Amino acid sequence: MSEQELKYTKEHEWIRVEGDIAVIGITDYAQGELGDVVFVELPEVGEQVKQMESFGTIEAVKTVADLYAPVSGEIAEKNDRIESDPAVINSDPYGDGWFVKIKMSDTGELDKLLSYDDYKPLTEG
Amino acid sequence: MTESKKTPFYNIHIDAGAKMVDFAGYKMPIQYKSITAEHLRVRETVGAFDLSHMGEFFVSGGKALDFLQMMTVNDVSALEEYQVQYTAMCYPDGGIVDDLLVYRLPDKYMLVVNAANIDKDFAWLEEHLIDNVTLHNASDDFGLIAIQGPDAQKVMEKMTDINLDDIQFYYSAEGDVAGHKMIFSRTGYTGEDGFELYIKPDICPELWEAAMKSGAEFDIEPIGLGARDSLRLEMKYALYGNDIDQTTNPIEAGLGWICKPEKGDFIGRDAVVRMKEEKPPRKLVCFELQERGIPRHGYKILNDEKEIGDVTSGIFSPSLQKGIGLGYVPRKLSKSGREIQIEIRNKPTPATIVKPPFYKDGTHR
Repeated sequence: MSEQELKYTKEHEWIRVEGDIAVIGITDYAQGELGDVVFVELPEVGEQVKQMESFGTIEAVKTVADLYAPVSGEIAEKNDRIESDPAVINSDPYGDGWFVKIKMSDTGELDKLLSYDDYKPLTEG
Repeated sequence: MTESKKTPFYNIHIDAGAKMVDFAGYKMPIQYKSITAEHLRVRETVGAFDLSHMGEFFVSGGKALDFLQMMTVNDVSALEEYQVQYTAMCYPDGGIVDDLLVYRLPDKYMLVVNAANIDKDFAWLEEHLIDNVTLHNASDDFGLIAIQGPDAQKVMEKMTDINLDDIQFYYSAEGDVAGHKMIFSRTGYTGEDGFELYIKPDICPELWEAAMKSGAEFDIEPIGLGARDSLRLEMKYALYGNDIDQTTNPIEAGLGWICKPEKGDFIGRDAVVRMKEEKPPRKLVCFELQERGIPRHGYKILNDEKEIGDVTSGIFSPSLQKGIGLGYVPRKLSKSGREIQIEIRNKPTPATIVKPPFYKDGTHR
C-alpha cells in the first residue's frame, strides 16, 4: 500500500486499514523530526485504547513524544521488534517500523482521520 | 526577539542537510543525520563541530591579571604562556555567572564564554572593570571549529607544520593552520583528544573544507549540538543553564577543584569558602538507570518514594546504551552505589548513583 492510500493524524501517525484492523506507525517526517529513536513503550495485547488518547511513548535521544490512538479499539498485536530494535522506526517507518494493530470498535472514526493530501501540507514549511 | 545570527559555517550546514535550531541566539546544527552516529564517530575516530556561537573576550593592560584574579575562581597567576584554564565567574553569593576558559596569550588573555551568556558576562566584567585594563568583546570576530576524537591529532598534522606533541592538554599555540595564522588549543568538551581553532570569519568555509579533506581518511563527519550534549554528559561536564547557574555554588556542583581561595580575594570567595568548610547541603551526582528509559531535564529524583531533587541533564547514552543523567540530591544521600528512583511519567524507575565519568575510555590527555 502506498503512502497516498494511508490515513494520517496531525500527530504524524499513519494508519493502514486491513478490514477491521488498523495498523499504526509514525510517518517518515515524524521519525526525521524525532531523530534516533532509542526506546518505545507500547500497550499490551488486549488493552483497550480510545481515539486521541495517549497509548504509548516514543523516546528519541533528544526528545520524548506521546503516541495517540488514531482509533478506538483493542490492541490485537504489537510489534515486538521495535522494542528490541527501535532504530527500525527510523530506517523503515512505513514497513518494519510499525507500532501496533488495533481491532477497531468503530470504523466510523476513520472519517476523522486525514487523507494523504490533507496530511502532506503539515510536513512542509 | 531579534532574529538568530548565522555563523560563518551556516551555508555549509544547510548544504550538509543539517537540522537547524535556534540556540542562544544563533542558528545552529542540532544534527546532520543521526545524533547517535555522530556521537560514536567522535568516540571512534574524529568529528568536526561548528562552535562559532561561543563568545570570545580579550583582556589586556597592566592590571589584566589582577582583574581576572578578582573576577574568576581559579588561579590565573598559575598559567604559563599559552596555557588554558577552566574556571568560573561567581556572584558574591557564590552563584555562578558562567563557566569559561581563560587563555594566557603573550600580551593578553582570551576568555571563551557560553553563547547564551555573552551579553551578561560582558556586562558583568564591564561593571567591575578597573584602571589599566582593556576589555574587548571579539565574539563576532571569530568562528570556532572543534576537531575532536582519537584521530584529531592526525587530522591536524595534515594541516599544520607545528609540532602538536609539544602542545599538551589545555595548552594553546599561535601559528599557521591550513595556511592561515590562528590561535588553537588542545581543548574540548567531549572527553576525547581534540583541538579548538579560533578562525577569522572570512576563512571559516575554507578551513572547514581543509578539515574535511584532511579528515577524510579517518571518516571525519560534521557533528551537531545534539551529540555535543551527549558527549559532554557522558563525561559529566557541566552545562550552564542545566547543571550550573546563578543558583548553584561551584562546590555543590563538584567544581571545587577549580576554586582556589588561597590565591587571594575574588568575587564569591566567602560563599565558596563557607560552603567548602560547612560541606554543601546538596551535591550534583551522576546516575544510571537500571531499566530501559531516559531521564530528562526536570524529572524528579526520588528516594524511598520521597522527592529528593530533580534531574538537571539526562539522555540515552550512545556509548553505554542506557539512560544516564545528572541531578542535585542531599549530600547525605549522594554516595555512589546508592539506589534512587527517577520518576518517568509518574513511574519511579530504579537508578544507581555512580562515580563520574560515565564513559571511562576517553582519549583526552
